[in-house]
Amino acid sequence: MMVEHRPVLTFVTHATLILGALVLAFPIYVTFVASTHTLEVVTKSFPLLPGSHLVENYLRALTVGPRDVGATVGTMMLNSLIMALGITFGKISISLLAAFAIVYFRFRLRIVFFWMIFITLMLPVEVRILPTYKVAADLKLLNSYPGLIFPLIASATATFLFRQFFMTVPDELCEAHRIDGGGPMRFFFDILLPMSRTSIAALFVILFIYGWNQYLWPLLITSDQQYYTLLIGIKRMLDVGEGQAEWQIIMASTILAMLPPVLVVIFMQKQFVRGMTETEK
Amino acid sequence: MEKRVVFKNRVLPYILVAPQIVVTVLFFIWPASQALVQSFLQEDAFGTASAFVWFDNFADLFAGAEYLDSFRVTLTFSSAVAGAALSVALLLAVMADRALRSATVYKTLIIWPYAVAPVVAGVLWFFLFNPTVGMLAFFMKKAGLDWNHTLNGTQAMTLVIIAAAWREISYNFLFFLAGLQAIPHSFIEAAAIDGAGPWRRFWTIVFPLLSPTMFFLIVVNIVYAFFDTFGVIHAITRGGPNYATNILVYKVFNDGFINLDLGGSAAQSVMLMIVVITLTVVQFRFIERKVHY
Amino acid sequence: MADVSIRNVTKQFGKSEVIHGISCDIRDGEFIVILGPSGCGKSTLLRMIAGLEQISSGEVVIDGRVVNRLEPAERDIAMVFQNYALYPHMTVYRNMAYGLKMRRMPKDEIDQRVRNAARILELSALLDRKPRQLSGGQRQRVAMGRCIVREPKVFLFDEPLSNLDAKLRVQMRLEIRKLHEDLKITSVYVTHDQVEAMTLGDRLVVMDNGYAAQTGSPLEVYERPANMFVAGFIGSPAMNFMEVTVQEGGQALKLPGDIQIPLNGSALPGWAGKKAILGIRPEHMELDSKGPRTILFTVGQVELLGADTLVHGHIGAGQVPMTVRLPDVHRFEKHATIRLSISQEKLHLFDPETKKRIV
Repeated sequence: MMVEHRPVLTFVTHATLILGALVLAFPIYVTFVASTHTLEVVTKSFPLLPGSHLVENYLRALTVGPRDVGATVGTMMLNSLIMALGITFGKISISLLAAFAIVYFRFRLRIVFFWMIFITLMLPVEVRILPTYKVAADLKLLNSYPGLIFPLIASATATFLFRQFFMTVPDELCEAHRIDGGGPMRFFFDILLPMSRTSIAALFVILFIYGWNQYLWPLLITSDQQYYTLLIGIKRMLDVGEGQAEWQIIMASTILAMLPPVLVVIFMQKQFVRGMTETEK
Repeated sequence: MEKRVVFKNRVLPYILVAPQIVVTVLFFIWPASQALVQSFLQEDAFGTASAFVWFDNFADLFAGAEYLDSFRVTLTFSSAVAGAALSVALLLAVMADRALRSATVYKTLIIWPYAVAPVVAGVLWFFLFNPTVGMLAFFMKKAGLDWNHTLNGTQAMTLVIIAAAWREISYNFLFFLAGLQAIPHSFIEAAAIDGAGPWRRFWTIVFPLLSPTMFFLIVVNIVYAFFDTFGVIHAITRGGPNYATNILVYKVFNDGFINLDLGGSAAQSVMLMIVVITLTVVQFRFIERKVHY
Repeated sequence: MADVSIRNVTKQFGKSEVIHGISCDIRDGEFIVILGPSGCGKSTLLRMIAGLEQISSGEVVIDGRVVNRLEPAERDIAMVFQNYALYPHMTVYRNMAYGLKMRRMPKDEIDQRVRNAARILELSALLDRKPRQLSGGQRQRVAMGRCIVREPKVFLFDEPLSNLDAKLRVQMRLEIRKLHEDLKITSVYVTHDQVEAMTLGDRLVVMDNGYAAQTGSPLEVYERPANMFVAGFIGSPAMNFMEVTVQEGGQALKLPGDIQIPLNGSALPGWAGKKAILGIRPEHMELDSKGPRTILFTVGQVELLGADTLVHGHIGAGQVPMTVRLPDVHRFEKHATIRLSISQEKLHLFDPETKKRIV
């Protein structure tokens, strides 16, 4: 919003924004540069321009893996992907079903369930870590994909988002469907689900980022390297005690760890923005 | 608001909500209630028997300086993170809003750090400020500032604040920009006709109209700083040096998993629950008001 | 094709009754219009026939079968909704085919029916469009197409034209009429628009506050309204009402301002000396100073409509307001006095207590 046309102000505007964008990008740029040099160069001469060891470093990270971690970045990326997609699809499916039940049916425990789901908003993993860990251990979920995924798939936000959307679907569509002879599940799959596409896409982006970026929970329940997610792996790479950390490999892994969610945000920006603003309502 | 049309089926709705409810009970409600029970119990040294001790665990918590210190550290940390992330984001959003057609380009350039996980943000900044290999630490030493966040508590705090706020700037920017773009242009033009310059217009028209967004973001930023920054701390300082960055969520993890103090950790969990509940209630109150606008 | 009987049907929402026992026999192929102001219960009645609302008591019979307990899909009805209720993510073709697919009809028969309906409704070129790519009139036609393909026993229309602009409304009204003449499917049509009702319906059910105020052909309802509600609701501008006294012997009416209107021979037995309500339609008065029944009318506001002129004013010293509709253009001075004549067969008399028609 600009009323005056003062060149000085316009210059200040763009200068501030460019500076802001550069400062925000700076740590990632430095990380990228570090991932293209040898350890020697990284630790001694603080390079500011990319070097020639990009392929070598990334290949080593992906296929051989860093020292002392016991899993390749390739494996850990796959684990992160399985966890992220598992959480994303799990949350979307169970939220869609729950929202459908709460909006389109009247049943005795409806309000009770509604509040039970609401309460999950107030119970982030951080406030219940020990007992949740104990439940996961009792259910033999430690060091397993279900253990990485299931405890994180209940989501009040997604349920409320779908509930909100279903409320705006005109009643007449449901009535027309009844006259056409369809039951509730037909209505859900033939009408409601296709109509929810944009909400699902927006939520997909948000939840994928959320799932990929999970840290505390995987840290608690994975002790077997084969189940490390990439974020856990990177942290382990840093914990070398007295030894020298392999910075060029750590930096390559860090870039790889940022890549999927950042690409999702950049290429699905519309859905991302939509998801952000809608889930916070 | 209720639907006029509903399906009549006795069993189906229960089947539909079952997955959600099972997960919720198993991993949310049951563990939370366990934390609550546990916070009133004290286990003996061998972990074989436990006794009901009323509020002893809480009393212990507040009797020691450690917990109160952690509280103080958390408050400093979260207000600094919220303050820094909000003010930088607001500045950038106001500028982007002025940039008119290029706003979308700048938006893309500014929002993507939000996709970076807190722990990765920690690693990035840890690398830059690393006393032995970090570029910024090196330059600061050259400029005469002896940077070593592994020894200096204030420097450690500054570093985790920067790392935590960095990522949150993107988030705040997005909401501020949306809020600014929602302000009707006519308000600004009317003020301009009344003779108010850009600076005055911002503080008398734009900022007050932005206050609902501001309030909402303050709550969200505090929740973020309280609960989502575990990765930042874990990657950079592990709560040190000398507990200087030992925020509450890090402490509850440390006491429970590393020191295995079940009762104390549970009491801390309960305290944290009270914090989340308070913040959630504040947030929903606010949203309710927004709806009635 | 089927006849429909509504037998003493009531509807309660919780404790309050909104439909108070309505009965109506609809013949096979008949076009019935349920007309009434908003909130009179007409949509609720239609939705009970459709099976979208429970029937609290009474019976709905379609083709000789009581359908009270049947699901909407089992009643063999089709319905056009006010907002059309087209599935937004499906093409026109799939919207029309969906109901048939649910009934497991063979693919080639579905295709044939959809294309046939599309041809009738001139939608053939639009079959691959989504509803949001269509105009209001086209959406309306798709909604009808969805009903036609089903070849149901009964068509139900819930204010189908109220979301269209005035010009389209006239056009679609004619199309619905033509469609009904071609297909001869029993139809129940709900509207609050009396022009739609008069032009479409074989018979009307005029509803007032949960009661059927009158059932009859459009002309019957216009010419012999059963009560003051129907008299006032049908016709535009609305009928003029005034309190009159029936003279001794029932041979004349005494209007406010000492105006006398003689009644030819038709004595009103039992009404002599009593008060009644006289109704005269604005279009049933003429500019004439010689007729046997004339009254003095004082001009207030004049509205020139082109084809005719609406004159608002009053009669008598009692300042009884009255509106007159005169054909062609007339210009009057404000406060001018003119003489109007009324023909006796166009007079309506109502009982002031029961509001019912006397003669």
